[in-house]
Amino acid sequence: MTATIESPRSGRIAPQYRRHGGSRGNFEMIAWLFMRLSGVVLVVLIFGHLFVNLMVGEGIHAIDFGFVAGKWADPFWQVWDLTMLWLAMLHGTNGVRTIINDYAEKDSTRRWLKTVLYSATVVIIVLGTLVIFTFDPCPVVNGVPLPGGFCPA
Amino acid sequence: MSTEFAEPASKVELPAGVGGGGEIPTFDVHMRVRRYNPEVSEEATWDDFHLTMYGTDRVLDALHKVKWEIDGSLSFRRSCAHGVCGSDAMRINGRNRLACKTLLKDLDTSKPITVEPIKGLPVEKDLIVDMEPFFQSYREVMPFLINKGHEPTRERLQSAEDRERFDDTTKCILCAACTSSCPVFWTDGQYFGPAAIVNAHRFIFDSRDDAGDMRLEILNDKEGVWRCRTTFNCSEACPRGIQVTQAIQEVKQAILSRKI
Repeated sequence: MTATIESPRSGRIAPQYRRHGGSRGNFEMIAWLFMRLSGVVLVVLIFGHLFVNLMVGEGIHAIDFGFVAGKWADPFWQVWDLTMLWLAMLHGTNGVRTIINDYAEKDSTRRWLKTVLYSATVVIIVLGTLVIFTFDPCPVVNGVPLPGGFCPA
Repeated sequence: MSTEFAEPASKVELPAGVGGGGEIPTFDVHMRVRRYNPEVSEEATWDDFHLTMYGTDRVLDALHKVKWEIDGSLSFRRSCAHGVCGSDAMRINGRNRLACKTLLKDLDTSKPITVEPIKGLPVEKDLIVDMEPFFQSYREVMPFLINKGHEPTRERLQSAEDRERFDDTTKCILCAACTSSCPVFWTDGQYFGPAAIVNAHRFIFDSRDDAGDMRLEILNDKEGVWRCRTTFNCSEACPRGIQVTQAIQEVKQAILSRKI
């Protein structure tokens, strides 16, 4: 019986290191770029938001239901808040997606965490967008206006 | 006729009591080495060794002393022992370094000096890891010159400025200190890793090379450069002082400017 010598291991990779199929396409590049661009825009949007709400005029003491209602009656602030909502949500979601990719060690864990993340994102974006556009400070229910000091009687 | 010449007087004034091999100061070190032998146990353990070493000794010398005089079963890789071959990258006091470039006197000898295998690659025995996944990523970026033009009859000339462009990344010795210091690589070992990107950078920015686009496309992968989080672990770990994180950023920029 002849002794067999194992062939050299070069090129044989432990299975957990094998990359499953190249995902061509630019998704990761676009996500990376989006993080940087949205970050810059968000700095402007958020500090503008904080300045207008907390510093201008009476400042923080002016904030109440009427103040928010007044802002959302203006298309400028509707667009401002909508942009802020979308960018912040997508920026945050992409950040958490990255963290999940970096820290989850099993593909199944990764899939579950991302499902939860994306569901939460969709709910908040849809709900937020709906509120910004359909917000009515003086709703009339069954012909009776709801109470509120700032609504015309 | 025989003439006796006196030795010429020394040109360097040495103070009395200095000189000679025995004059190098010695000190005691406590080495704590990570041991793993799958034929004995699946569990890795720490082994302690107390040695008397010289001021000129490196961590590698301490490992040699252990292997040659105390415990011959200690396993580690080393080839040239002078910081060129890149065989003896290991985690010394929690940092990736070459054992042959780390002087014992530069470490805190009042505490045990811990020596572990580099992280993120499967340990085979003691300080030896399976480097195959690391080399596979290296192979995937095609680390060789690809030139579509005619074969020149003489060497391919390049200006000093063109050569300077990728000079930093030519210094890589493939020791894996950078890749095995990267927290993204530790997670699942899917990331190409700093070393593969550094070696791609070396050819992407080489004016004589024509396959830069192919390499950029490979590194545009979901496990490519975009997984870099710029934690700078790789730049700190590199025993050759390569600005690894900067090289990765330059590859990112090259991909971006090609696509947009």
